[in-house]
Amino acid sequence: MSAAEEVVAEGHEAVEAVPKRAMTLGTGTSLVVLAALLIVPVFVKNFIIFQMTMLLIYGLAVLALNILTGGSGQFSLGQSAFYAVGAYVSAVLMEHANVNYALTIPISAAVCFGFGYLFGKPALRLSGVYLALATFALATAMPQLLKLNFLEHWTGGVQGLVVTKPDAPFGLPMSQDMWLYYFSLAVVLAIYIFSVNLLRSRSGRAFMAIRDNEIAASAMGVDVALYKTLAFGVSAAITGVAGSLGAIAVQFVAPDSFTINLAISLFLGMVVGGVGWLPGSFVGAAFIIFVPNMAESISKGLSGAVFGVLLFLVIYLVPHGARQVAILGQQLVGKLRKN
Amino acid sequence: MELFTNQVLAGIATGAIYACMALAVVMIYQAIDHLNFAQGEMAMFSTFISWQLMQWGVPYWGAFVLTLAFAFAGGIVIERVLFKPLAKAPILTNVAGFIALFAIINSSAGLIWDFTIKQYPTPFGSAPFLGSQLISTHQAGMIGVTLVLLLALYFFFQYTRIGLAMRAAASLPESARLVGINTSWMIALGWGMASAIGAIAGMLIAPVVFLEPNMMVGVLLYGFAAAVLGGLTSPLGAVVGGFLMGIFENLVGTYIPGVGNELKLPIALALIISVLVVKPAGLFGRHIVKRV
Repeated sequence: MSAAEEVVAEGHEAVEAVPKRAMTLGTGTSLVVLAALLIVPVFVKNFIIFQMTMLLIYGLAVLALNILTGGSGQFSLGQSAFYAVGAYVSAVLMEHANVNYALTIPISAAVCFGFGYLFGKPALRLSGVYLALATFALATAMPQLLKLNFLEHWTGGVQGLVVTKPDAPFGLPMSQDMWLYYFSLAVVLAIYIFSVNLLRSRSGRAFMAIRDNEIAASAMGVDVALYKTLAFGVSAAITGVAGSLGAIAVQFVAPDSFTINLAISLFLGMVVGGVGWLPGSFVGAAFIIFVPNMAESISKGLSGAVFGVLLFLVIYLVPHGARQVAILGQQLVGKLRKN
Repeated sequence: MELFTNQVLAGIATGAIYACMALAVVMIYQAIDHLNFAQGEMAMFSTFISWQLMQWGVPYWGAFVLTLAFAFAGGIVIERVLFKPLAKAPILTNVAGFIALFAIINSSAGLIWDFTIKQYPTPFGSAPFLGSQLISTHQAGMIGVTLVLLLALYFFFQYTRIGLAMRAAASLPESARLVGINTSWMIALGWGMASAIGAIAGMLIAPVVFLEPNMMVGVLLYGFAAAVLGGLTSPLGAVVGGFLMGIFENLVGTYIPGVGNELKLPIALALIISVLVVKPAGLFGRHIVKRV
């Protein structure tokens, strides 16, 4: 195998080029979805509200990965590490420093942004499989780092920390679960709007230029190093917020809830939702929350196999994930309007 | 100094495991241009098949050959049935497919053979090798098999028509098709060979780590890391990477205080990443030039 063979990468990009207009939902659809998200909790049981909260939280984490992979074309298997940092920042601040839960969220976003940005620096030289390996190393190291002895005073070591669930403020007549749901919804909405605007901005265009062709982007004057690390930072910050919300919702953090399995789940969520399609993140989150439970209820012993088969079915039917369904739906509506 | 040599020797012994798996990883990477996360599970399943054959009274080498045939055919069938329809789908969708395959094989093996740990025989015996307590004859045999496999692969790719065709199909599919190579079958062949090499790795590893459905998870990670370290395009690199990985891991465990079993892997990976930052294509990898 010679030393300088030329390999043409045509049509073999790791991440598909998704135009930025195709990354979001139309205004009408968004309003309908929002209305549903606002009204449904009033009519359902607390357990279902809790599951909806988790859906929002995982959706947020998948969205963060989507910005990184779908937006800037960098692949990460290390999202679970950022999620863990976010969760622990909130848990430690709430339990040891008595900081209000709402205040811990911007703090963990800032900490995770720094962490992601710094991690993005050495990762700059790596792409594709190599970046996957580097982020993977981060994900496998994180649970072990959290168990380290000299951190045990704050992190609680293997046992983890119990987090107190906040009550609804101002004497609002709602359950803790429902309050947490609306609180998470507000945070998720704010971040979703921020992400949509980010991708439409100058920075977003720079991300996409790097994703589509790094060399061409740098030739056009895009500061590749800056925007690649920035994408890592933003993605880590959003994942960190998801981690904080997750810690508050589950009321418990422990190193073993943030293993590489979490990162793989988030990755699957992104693929199922459609890489580069932000609203798909929440569809993907629904998949990774509900399908494993469904598989378990179909067959206890073979739950893994059932999950695998279901996953195969999804990627056969819609290789581009939920985005493909949305596009089909759009075309159908368009046709109906013409007639 | 003696501690150091001993640890290096022990590292080479474990390194042989990783080298074997890394060869299978490079094989599939040559054929399909990405890493197959289900590779370890495929190897584990093949190893279980050989164990089952031996339970039914087939002698070791008979079971060995039958298992290789099974693994080769199995790899081709998996490619034809499951992944050929995804050939046009985005790469990340394919990766999701590998994860699905991982779940299916792992869970089926658990159901068929359950999760208890099983003894697995070795054809080389397990006496100390040349009077050394650190390397057993089995491990020496494993190193030998890995090297033979490497040579065989080298001759296959370098001196046979079909090896040449496979290389062509992997590096420039369009042009390969134009000169009449059936690239689609070359991919299937690559899957078959990778699966067979994985099966050899599995059967050699099983006496060391014992047979159970999760036996390959850790090994595959080290195999990936070794292949990446050596350069994903080079079988020789994979083997060297495997041995280095084993040595790294042992030395880290011995000389850096406070490193438990769990932190060994992250530290070894961190070392590899530092190597990659200096040499992005791996130690022996072919440098890939991108055309804009």
